[in-house]
Amino acid sequence: MHQTFDAALEINLLHANQAGAEENRRHFEDWGITCFNIMSSPGAGKTVLLERTLEALSPKLKIAVIEGDMTTELDAERLRQYHVPVIAINTGRSCHLDSKMVSGGIHRLAHEYNPSEFDLVLVENVGNLVCPAEFEVGEHQKVALLSVTEGEDKPLKYPVMFQEADCLLITKIDLAPYLDIDLQRIEDNVRQMNPNVTIIPVSAKTKVGLEDWLAWIEKQL
Amino acid sequence: MHETDMTKALIMTVRDWYESQPEQPQIQTIHLIVGQFTCVEPASLQFAFEVQTRNSFLENAALAIQETPLIAFCHPCQKEYHPQMGQQYACPDCQNPMEDIRSGRELKVDRIEYA
Ligand SMILES: Nc1nc2c(ncn2[C@@H]2O[C@H](COP(=O)(O)OP(=O)(O)OP(=O)(O)O)[C@@H](O)[C@H]2O)c(=O)[nH]1
Ligand SMILES: [Mg+2]
Ligand SMILES: [Zn+2]
Repeated sequence: MHQTFDAALEINLLHANQAGAEENRRHFEDWGITCFNIMSSPGAGKTVLLERTLEALSPKLKIAVIEGDMTTELDAERLRQYHVPVIAINTGRSCHLDSKMVSGGIHRLAHEYNPSEFDLVLVENVGNLVCPAEFEVGEHQKVALLSVTEGEDKPLKYPVMFQEADCLLITKIDLAPYLDIDLQRIEDNVRQMNPNVTIIPVSAKTKVGLEDWLAWIEKQL
Repeated sequence: MHETDMTKALIMTVRDWYESQPEQPQIQTIHLIVGQFTCVEPASLQFAFEVQTRNSFLENAALAIQETPLIAFCHPCQKEYHPQMGQQYACPDCQNPMEDIRSGRELKVDRIEYA
């Protein structure tokens, strides 16, 4: 007869990712860099927001972008027009960035440039409302986007990302008049699980709210 | 999707333990705790585990997933409550936001049964 034994492990599955994220954060801090992890469902407006942000801030701040895209370099190409380093990370079949992928990006940045010159690294995560929230990459702030076309209930249905966000941008508000959407209800839903989040409604098209977003960024540096 | 990555992390964690043993044991059951307030779907994880352990040292191992419910603590009311996932997270009695999660964020290998 076989005897069975029991080994108590109590090991967190995300332990390795978490350790990698902390190492990335230490690099950023050594170089005096602030890092944002920008997350949303596909098409909520991350890349367009980055374009407006680079347009406004790249003359004042030294910015680099780490761009997570499943298969293409389309988003990276759009951002390179703003003459900032854009490091594209092909995530393959993975539906989120993890700290190891971002570590690869950081090392490329450090290899090709002098990292101490940078003030801000913007990480555009893969469009996905579910997984990126579980995988820290070494960011100082988590920025979530929710576009008005997605509906007020998304924070209730996909709570983890909204619960962890430091800043929530409600995007495409120029479209709100065409939809049955209640911005206040989005805010109330998010505040049920994240009362202290900064909420900024913006339109990358009309630039309404952009000043508030830029001011928030400068406060984090 | 991310269950594949979680399974990879799981297998790596167990492999580290397995290789650290003086004699390589026969692993029978891996007990995993998955909180309700995580992005992990137990059924998908179970499936990914079966696929990814084929022809490996875990070929004959079973995965037992224990789900833990989302439980929050309301400070004004000084009591625990069960938020209604997908509907309401604030305290049902005083509407205070969910600030203190006491259970539901777990994602860990609890223990391993082996012979
Ligand atoms: N009307 C309007 N459209 C917008 C706004 N912001 C983005 N869009 C449109 O929304 C679409 C998606 O925008 P992207 O910036 O590519 O979205 P994304 O989040 O980067 O998408 P993925 O990287 O694929 O997940 C594009 O067609 C944009 O032109 C906005 O403020 N107003
Ligand atoms: Mg994009
Ligand atoms: Zn209460």
